[in-house]
Formats: sequence, C-alpha cells, structure tokens
Amino acid sequence: MAKPNEPQWTTVVKPRTGWFDIDLKELWHYRDLVTLFTKRNFAVIYKQTILGPLWILLNPLITTILFNVIFGGIAGLPTEGAPSFLFIMAGNTLWTMFAACINNTANTFVANAGMFGKVYFPRLTIPLSQVLTAAINFFIQFAMFLVFWVFFFFNQETFGHLSMTVWLVYLPVCIIQVMLLGLAVGIIVSSLTTKYRDLAIAVTFGVQLWMYATPVVYSTTSLSNQPILSAIVNLNPMTAPVQAFRMALLGCGSVDPTGLVYSLIVTVVLLAIGVVLFSRIEKTFMDTV
Amino acid sequence: MSNHSEPVHSKEPVIQVSGVKKQYKLGQIGGGTLTADLQSWWARIRGKEDPNLPIGTDTRLFGQTFMALNGVDLTVYKGEALGIIGRNGAGKSTLLKLLSRITAPTEGEIKIKGRIASMLEVGTGFNQEMTGRENIYMNGAILGMTKAEVDSKLDQIIEFSECGDFIDTPVKRYSSGMFVKLAFAVAAHLDSEIMVMDEVLAVGDMKFQQKCLGKMSDVAGQEGRTVLYVSHNMSTIRQLCTRCVVLDKGKVIFDGNVDDAIAVYMDTTDVNVVDYDLREIGRMNTSAGKRLRVERLTFLDKESSVFAAGEPLRIRIDWQVMQHFDAVNLKLNFHYRDSTPIGITHPITLGEAQPGRRYSTVFTVDTSIFSEGQYFFYLDVFERELANAACLDKPAQEFAFEITNMDRTLPEWSSGWGHIHFPPVVVESNEVN
Repeated sequence: MAKPNEPQWTTVVKPRTGWFDIDLKELWHYRDLVTLFTKRNFAVIYKQTILGPLWILLNPLITTILFNVIFGGIAGLPTEGAPSFLFIMAGNTLWTMFAACINNTANTFVANAGMFGKVYFPRLTIPLSQVLTAAINFFIQFAMFLVFWVFFFFNQETFGHLSMTVWLVYLPVCIIQVMLLGLAVGIIVSSLTTKYRDLAIAVTFGVQLWMYATPVVYSTTSLSNQPILSAIVNLNPMTAPVQAFRMALLGCGSVDPTGLVYSLIVTVVLLAIGVVLFSRIEKTFMDTV
Repeated sequence: MSNHSEPVHSKEPVIQVSGVKKQYKLGQIGGGTLTADLQSWWARIRGKEDPNLPIGTDTRLFGQTFMALNGVDLTVYKGEALGIIGRNGAGKSTLLKLLSRITAPTEGEIKIKGRIASMLEVGTGFNQEMTGRENIYMNGAILGMTKAEVDSKLDQIIEFSECGDFIDTPVKRYSSGMFVKLAFAVAAHLDSEIMVMDEVLAVGDMKFQQKCLGKMSDVAGQEGRTVLYVSHNMSTIRQLCTRCVVLDKGKVIFDGNVDDAIAVYMDTTDVNVVDYDLREIGRMNTSAGKRLRVERLTFLDKESSVFAAGEPLRIRIDWQVMQHFDAVNLKLNFHYRDSTPIGITHPITLGEAQPGRRYSTVFTVDTSIFSEGQYFFYLDVFERELANAACLDKPAQEFAFEITNMDRTLPEWSSGWGHIHFPPVVVESNEVN
C-alpha cells in the first residue's frame, strides 16, 4: 500500500536481516570516530607510564633479543643464511601486528558493553580502530627494523648475507592481508565471546600457540624431515605471509605461490564469516551480555 | 488504541513503529560455555534429554519468555515532542532501545527517517583522561557527528556547557555537575533530525535543567526536529511535550494529548487501593505470619491513597494472635518505587497480646517530610526491642501512597532535589555587625 506521500525511510529496523548486512556508507560516515578511538587507544595504553610510547619499540626489541637467545643461541635453529637477529625480528614484527589485531578486537563486545548499551554507532568501528592501532604500531616497529637492517647491511661480512628482493612489491599486499586476517579472527572471537566467555581466556593462549605453528622463530626448511609438523605449518594461513615478508626484506628462504593464494583465500573466507557473525551478534548482543 | 491521536495528514511521519514485539528470555541464556552448549545441541539432535537442564524440568517452562513489548504501533510526526510515560516495566526503556538501535525487535518493524541521536545516558564514551575539548569530539563522533560538524559547533557547545574555563582540563578533574553539563551540551547540538531522551534532564542544577528543557523545546518547536522523551517527571513532560503516549504491560494504552495521558498514567498506578486483604498474601520469611498474622490494612477516610503534603496517613491494621507476646511492636519500612530504602518509623508499640484474640489498631504517620512523589512501605511486626527483634509478621505486600501539592511558596519540586522535605529552618539570630 504505497501512499503517494510515502516518505523515504533512511533506516528500517527489522528482527532479522540479510546475511551480509554491513552498511559501508554508514561506516564511512563514522570514519572520524574510528580515528578518535584509535587516538584513545594510544592515550589509554601509555597513560601514566614513564617510558610512554617508547614501549612500542622496547616491546619487540626485548622479545627479539629473548627469542634470539633462546631459539638462535640455545636451540641453534638455522636461519637460512640471514642474520639471526634480523630473521627473528622480521618475523616477530609482522606477527606482533597480527597478534595485536586478534587480542585487541577479541573483547570488543564485552569490554564495550557499557557504551554499546547506551548509544548506537556501527560497532565495527571498534575493531577497525584496534586494527588501525596495531598498524600504526607496526609501522613504527617496521621503521626500527629498517634501522637495524641498514646496520646489518653494512656489516654483511660479520653477520651474513642480506638483500631485498623483488618480493618488496608484494609487501603492501602482505601487510594488509595480515591485518585483515587478524581482524577476521578477532571479530569471530569477539562475536563468540558474547555467548562463550571461555574464548576470551583461550584466545591469548591460542595466539601464543599459533605463533609456534608459524615460522616466526624458525624456518620451514628445518621442518623438512618432520612431515606432520610441516603439514600443520603449511595449513597455517600465516606461514606464507611471514615467508614472503622475510623473502622481500632479507632475501632468504623460499616463497610458495600456492601457499600465498591459499592464505589469501582463507583470509577472505574468514573475513566474510567474521563480518556475518559480527553483524548478526551486534544487533541483539545487549540482550545476552 | 493508537488511532486516538488525530492523524495530521499535512505532517510528515518520521518514525513508524508497526507491530513491534520484543521478547526477553527469563533465566539463564545458553549454557555459558561452549562445551555445555555443544553437549545440549548434541543431545537435542539425538532426541535425548539435555544434560544441562535441571533434572525433570519441563523444557517448555525452561527459559520462560517475557514480552517487554507486546505489539506496539506508533507513528511520530516531524516536529513533535512526544512524551512516553508508563510504570516501571511498562516497556518504555525497551522501546527507546529499539528506536536507538541498541537492540533489534523480535517481531515487527521500525522505520526511521533521518538520523536518530539517542541520549539514554549523557556522556557515553567520555574518557576521564581526555580533556573536555577532546571529549566533545569523542562524544560527538559516537553520537554520529563528523569532525567537521563538531568543529562548526564547538563554540556553541562550549558556551552552552558553561565549562569554557576548564575546556582543556581532563574531565576527571570536573565536578559531576560540569561533566553532565558538558555531555548534555554535546548532545543538544547534534544535527540529527530525531532526538531520543531518557530522563537525562534530571541532572544538573535547577537553572541548568530549565536551560536544557528550553533547548529541547526549541529543538522541537523552532528547528522542526522531533523529540522523544521518556520521564517519570510529569511536570517536565507537561512542559516539553506536545503529545504523549502511555505504555502499560508492553502496549500503548493511550496516545493523545499530554494532560489526558497523565490522567491515564495515574490510573495505572497503584494509589487506588486503600484496603488490603493480607490473609492470603505471602510472607517475606518463612516464620512470619504463623504466630501472629496481620489480616488487613486500611488507609482510613480515603478513597485513594493520595495525600496532600502534611496530611497524616491514618492507617488501621487488623491482626490475629496465636500465642502470648509481652511486647508487640510494629515498624513501617519506606522505600521508593525502585526499592531504594528511605527509612523506617520509630517502633510503634502495640503492647501485650493474648492468644486467640483479634486486635484492631489505628495509628497516624506524619508525612510532612516527604516531598511530592509516590512512596511504598512494608509492614514489619516484631517482638521486643528493635535491636533484639524477632520477626512475627512481614507480609510480602507493598503499600503505595502518593504525596501531592507541595507548599507552593516554593518553586515546583524537582526530583533532583531529593525526596525529603525539611521542616522550616528557624533563624536564631540575625544581627548587623
């Protein structure tokens, strides 16, 4: 019964909507909110700390040194000819961003329940701001990595061979893909934690385990005589991006194009699942939290 | 009954609520853990009994549901200031939540034209560490403003908030009054076509409240925007709204002009009962009502339990005694609708009681300390002194009464002033030095 003066509704709230119900136009309208949330993330983390933002650099530096001592020094894992320090730092820098994307988006609903219960805004702005925060941290850490890279480059006789390769062209794709994969896993977990709080506990632990299934501190070649472990590592969608990242910057190891394609497909599929789950949960989660 | 309001065809509808229902599940939702849910699901598909249900539970009863809204139809037109009133639990807040898209309806559909700014709380997203200015941007963005929009209104917002001198100070240093003023200022300057408010005006000092109400009237009247306002404060509803809807048990029971709506709302409240039969009413604890039982409570000389300020409550209770008591005492526990306790009376001495007798006691309670509003009390009959009391009877029945007509030499009573009306202060001396 269309009346002649039927108004143009801008919003229709219905019990159930389509599967892929993300209003990108609306999300774009709230872009300033994403920026502000990102700023707030930094403000909150480094408030009342002595070293402040310096922690962004100290954290990966300490982890890299620690991994070097344990895996390079004590365990003596081979690094495919590249300087062990840079080898681990490269893997760790990329991994840190991925882990931050998951860990910080995983509690989106539970941590913001108070705010979500009082006002509507696209809930996806929160995970996006977390990914943006992780990305900014990544670029700062990446800059530090480049400084070390230059140092090692001019001391190749002492530390080992080092070269950037044509894979550098693939680097932006690789970084964005890792961000999206982290976002995908994060929003899947955050959607499920509204109902199953166990996941919130499991996720930190799970991400740590996941790191060991990714060639962050070791190279895939050292797994060549371990069929089961190497199968697991090859199924891991993070394996190919980490290898490509290192290939581009250090010129070591190998990149398996099928692995990259597989990883991209997994990312797209998980992201689709994540967005569907997230958009379903965001409508009614206030009733269950 | 929504056809009560005369549809103004020249007006343009901005919100259309049709057949909206919202169901909430009572009790626990889901198992809470993944394993428990998987277990239940696995049991269900095999047609076995769910291992996570209490044994012998009727599955139809488990997870009983509750209809917070049970078929609401409502059309709101452009430029209206619509009041929504109703008792607690009538569904007002649920309706606002649906309109502000915080949660989705179970059935039905809500169509909205234009942007909605919901103020179910002032200062959502305010961060204590950030300055007033930063929080204006933050809060504005949460409410749907872009940075450019906030930029263009920043001066107006700061001026309205009366916080100009402290705008670059972290809000954790603000007084609660300043905090609220700033938060309200942001929300009041939104460009959204529709504003949804939940009693947020009950904040700040009297002068600021009036300023807020004035602003809201402007928003609806002159700027042609639409305001939806939920409140228990009838005087602000009268002041602000042009139309009013009464909700009761999840349905719209009245839709029309404000004064009629308030009259309908008053009828849904429980001040019409003046005589309570307590014989079959439950007791607040298991031992109560066995050795001594209050059978009836009556507000004397009244048709409804509405009292003018200062008018005493005259109450009669009829009680039966099963065993001998040396000293029966009674106290009244007063509380607000939301169960916040107000206070108790000094013990009322009923004296010695003989078994098998029925007593009838009339007493008077001075209500001059209560300000306007609805109040409730419980009866508590006990033996001996208050400090060493054994409960004899405590019926699980709250008795409602309402105090109206405050002393008009004072400005209209504001809920922000509290509920206690102090007796006049005596000036002892007033000398010129």
